[in-house]
Amino acid sequence: MPNMSLKKNPMPTQDPVERSKNFKEVALGYTEEIAIDEAKRCLNCKNKPCVAGCPVKIYIPEFIAKVAEGDFEEAYNIISRSSSLPAVCGRVCPQETQCESKCVRGIKGEPVGIGRLERFVADWHNAHSTDAPVKPEPNGHRVAVIGSGPAGLACAGDLAKKGYKVVVFEALHLAGGVLVYGIPEFRLPKSIVQKEIDNLKALGVDIDTNIVAGRTLSVDELMDEYGFESVFIGSGAGLPKFMNIPGENLKDVYSANEFLTRINLMKAYKDHSSTPIAHGHHAVVVGGGNVAMDAARCARRLGAEVTIVYRRTKAELPARKEEIEHAIEEGIKFEFLCSPIEIGNDGNGCVGSIKCQKMKLSEPDASGRARPVPIEGETFEMDADVVIMALGTSPNPLIKSTTKGLETQSWGGIIADEHGQTSREGVFAGGDAVTGAATVILAMGAGKTAAEAIDAYIQNKNK
Amino acid sequence: MYEIVRKKDLNPTVSLMEIKAPLVAKKALPGQFIILRVDDEGERIPLTVADFDREKGTITIIYQIVGGTTERLHHLNEGDCLHDFVGPLGKATKTEGLKKVAVVGGGVGCAIAYPVAKALHEHGCEVHTIAGFRNKDLVILEDEFKAVSDKFILTTDDGSAGEKNVVTVPLQRLLDAGEEYDEVITIGPLIMMKFVCKLTKEYNVKTIASMNPIMIDGTGMCGGCRLTVGGKTKFACVDGPEFDGHEIDFDEAMARGTTYKEFEGHAREEACNLFNQEVR
Repeated sequence: MPNMSLKKNPMPTQDPVERSKNFKEVALGYTEEIAIDEAKRCLNCKNKPCVAGCPVKIYIPEFIAKVAEGDFEEAYNIISRSSSLPAVCGRVCPQETQCESKCVRGIKGEPVGIGRLERFVADWHNAHSTDAPVKPEPNGHRVAVIGSGPAGLACAGDLAKKGYKVVVFEALHLAGGVLVYGIPEFRLPKSIVQKEIDNLKALGVDIDTNIVAGRTLSVDELMDEYGFESVFIGSGAGLPKFMNIPGENLKDVYSANEFLTRINLMKAYKDHSSTPIAHGHHAVVVGGGNVAMDAARCARRLGAEVTIVYRRTKAELPARKEEIEHAIEEGIKFEFLCSPIEIGNDGNGCVGSIKCQKMKLSEPDASGRARPVPIEGETFEMDADVVIMALGTSPNPLIKSTTKGLETQSWGGIIADEHGQTSREGVFAGGDAVTGAATVILAMGAGKTAAEAIDAYIQNKNK
Repeated sequence: MYEIVRKKDLNPTVSLMEIKAPLVAKKALPGQFIILRVDDEGERIPLTVADFDREKGTITIIYQIVGGTTERLHHLNEGDCLHDFVGPLGKATKTEGLKKVAVVGGGVGCAIAYPVAKALHEHGCEVHTIAGFRNKDLVILEDEFKAVSDKFILTTDDGSAGEKNVVTVPLQRLLDAGEEYDEVITIGPLIMMKFVCKLTKEYNVKTIASMNPIMIDGTGMCGGCRLTVGGKTKFACVDGPEFDGHEIDFDEAMARGTTYKEFEGHAREEACNLFNQEVR
C-alpha cells in the first residue's frame, strides 16, 4: 500500500539558533525508517514524469522502489548508472524546479522527497559499502580534463569507466572546483566531495593540481606535446561581477567568490585559521541566488547580523527554496525591491553604510522575469560594515585567449553544441564555461554528455 | 612538492629562493608572478618571478618577511619543499620595440625590476635604472643592475649609500636633462609608484606600474585583487599585474592594501613565537 500522506517527511535539521553559530551540516538526513516511509509515497507512475525533470535522467521510480524494499545498495547502483555524484546532487540540486516539480504527488499535496531520498541512498552507500570501485581495463586512449568541478569530475568519471586514461588539471591546490571553494561545509561537507574524488582516483583518474590551463599548459600543448587525443574544458564561471557603484572598492567589500573562498577553500570557517576575513556586525549581501544565500549564511555564522538586498521580490529569488527557508530560519533579513547605489565610507576607508534605491517590478525582460525599475527619488540608507557582492560571474578569459580557433560568445562563454563539441576538433566543453553561471547538476550533465561525445569521437577516429 | 634548490639572504629582511618547478620555468617571462603555499594549512601568496632558468627548470623568487607566511617560508632551507607552487600568472612585461627605458625600482620591488631591466637590455634597449632603498643595509642586486644598465643611480633615504634622495629626484633630473624615454617602468611601494607616475605625467612620458595587491586564487576567480584603472574595475591577476600608471587609482590601492595589516602583524608574531618555542 502506498503511503498517501500529502506531506513529505520533513528533513531532520540542526536547530536554527544552534546552527547559525556553527559550520556543521544543517540537514541531518533521513533515517532508514523515514526513507522507507517516504519511498512508499511514490506511486511508481508508468510514464515517469520525474525522470523527464532530471538533467541526467536518473531512473527515479526504480531507485525509490528499491528504497521502499529496504535494498539501499541496489538503489545506489541504479542511481550510479546515471549520476556520478549522487551524495553531492542529493544536497545541492534545485529539485523543486526539476524532478520534484513533475511528481504526480505534487498535484495534490507535496511531491515525493526525491532529493532527500537520493541523498539518503548515497550516504547509506558511503557509510556501508567497503567495495573499492573496480578499475576498468585500459583502452589505450588518453583524455585531458581541464577543471575539477562538477563538469570535469563527471566527464572524467564516465570516461574512466570506459577505460580511458584521464588526467584532470586543476588550477587551485585542491580538487573539487566550486564544490570546495564555493559551497559551504554546512551545505556540502568537504568529506563528501573528497569521497567522490577518491572514488575517481580509484578508477585510475589522475588529478594534477596547481596547473592553470592557458598559463602553465595550453590546450594545444596538451594535444600536440602531451598526446591527449581529446580535451574537455570545464573551467567554470570565472571573474566576479561588480555593480560599478561608488565605494565598491572600500575595504571589507567582497565578491561572494572571495568571501566564500576565504571561508571554504582557505578554511577561515575553522577556529584559529590563518586566513584573515572580516567578521563584521552587520553584513549586507547583494543578490538572490544560491551563492548569495551561501555568503549570507556564512557571514551569519561568523557572528554578523545579515541583510540580503535583492532588486526583485521573494517570488523571483533564484536560490533553491530550501536555502531561502534555512536562511530565514537562521535570522537572515531580506530587503526586497531595492538595489545598492552607493557604499559609504566609515571615515577609515572601510565600509560604513550602504545606500539603496527602491525598485518596482515592470514588464518581463529577456529572461522572462519581471524587470525591476527604480522608483524615482526613493532611496534609503542602512548601516553596514561588510558588503558582499553576489551578482554572478563572467567567463575567465585565459583559455579563450590562449587557444587558437576556439570560438566564444560575445559575452565570453565558449561556444559548444548540444554534445559539448567546440569549434576545435577534439576539444569539448561544458558547465559554466559554456552556459555562464548555472547549477552543479547542469554542469555534471554537460560533463556526462561530453564524455559520450568524446568516446564517440575517439572511437570513430580510430576505426 | 616543489624543492628549494638555493636560498640566499640578500639583506636582513629580504631573501632569495630558487625553486624547482619545471612547468612554470618553461613558460615564465619577466613581469609574471607565481602563487605559493608553504604548507597544507597555509595561505596562498603571490610573488613576482625574479628570474627563471628553463634548462634547470627553476624559478627564483625574492621575498621580504612581512607576515606569517613569509616568516614560515623563511624558516625553510635548501632541500626543503614548498607544498604548492603555481604559475606563471599574469601578463608578461611588454619589452619588444622599446629603445630607451627608465626602470625605477624601490626596496624589494627592485627584485621584480631587475628581470625587466635584464630583458630590456637583452633586447638591445638602452636602460637607465634608478634603485631606491631606505639605507645601505637594505640595498639588493646592485651589481646585477649595473651589469644590465647603461646608467645606474642608487638612492637611499638616509644617504648611507648612493645619493640621499627619493627616486623621483634623479628621475626628474634625467628628464630635465632631456632624456627621452619610450617608457618609464616602475616597481616598488605604492606611494613611490604614485609619485613616479605623478612626475612622469607632468613630462608626458608613458609609465607602466607593476601592482601587487592582495590576492587569493590568482587565476581570475575571487576578485580580491581588483583595482580601479581609468575609472574601470580591473583584476591584477588576469588583466595585470602591470597597468598604465597614469590611470591607476593609487590612493584606493593603498587603502585596500592595508585591509589585513593588523592581522598580518599578529600572524607574524605568532609564527615567530612558534619558531622560538621550537628552537628552545
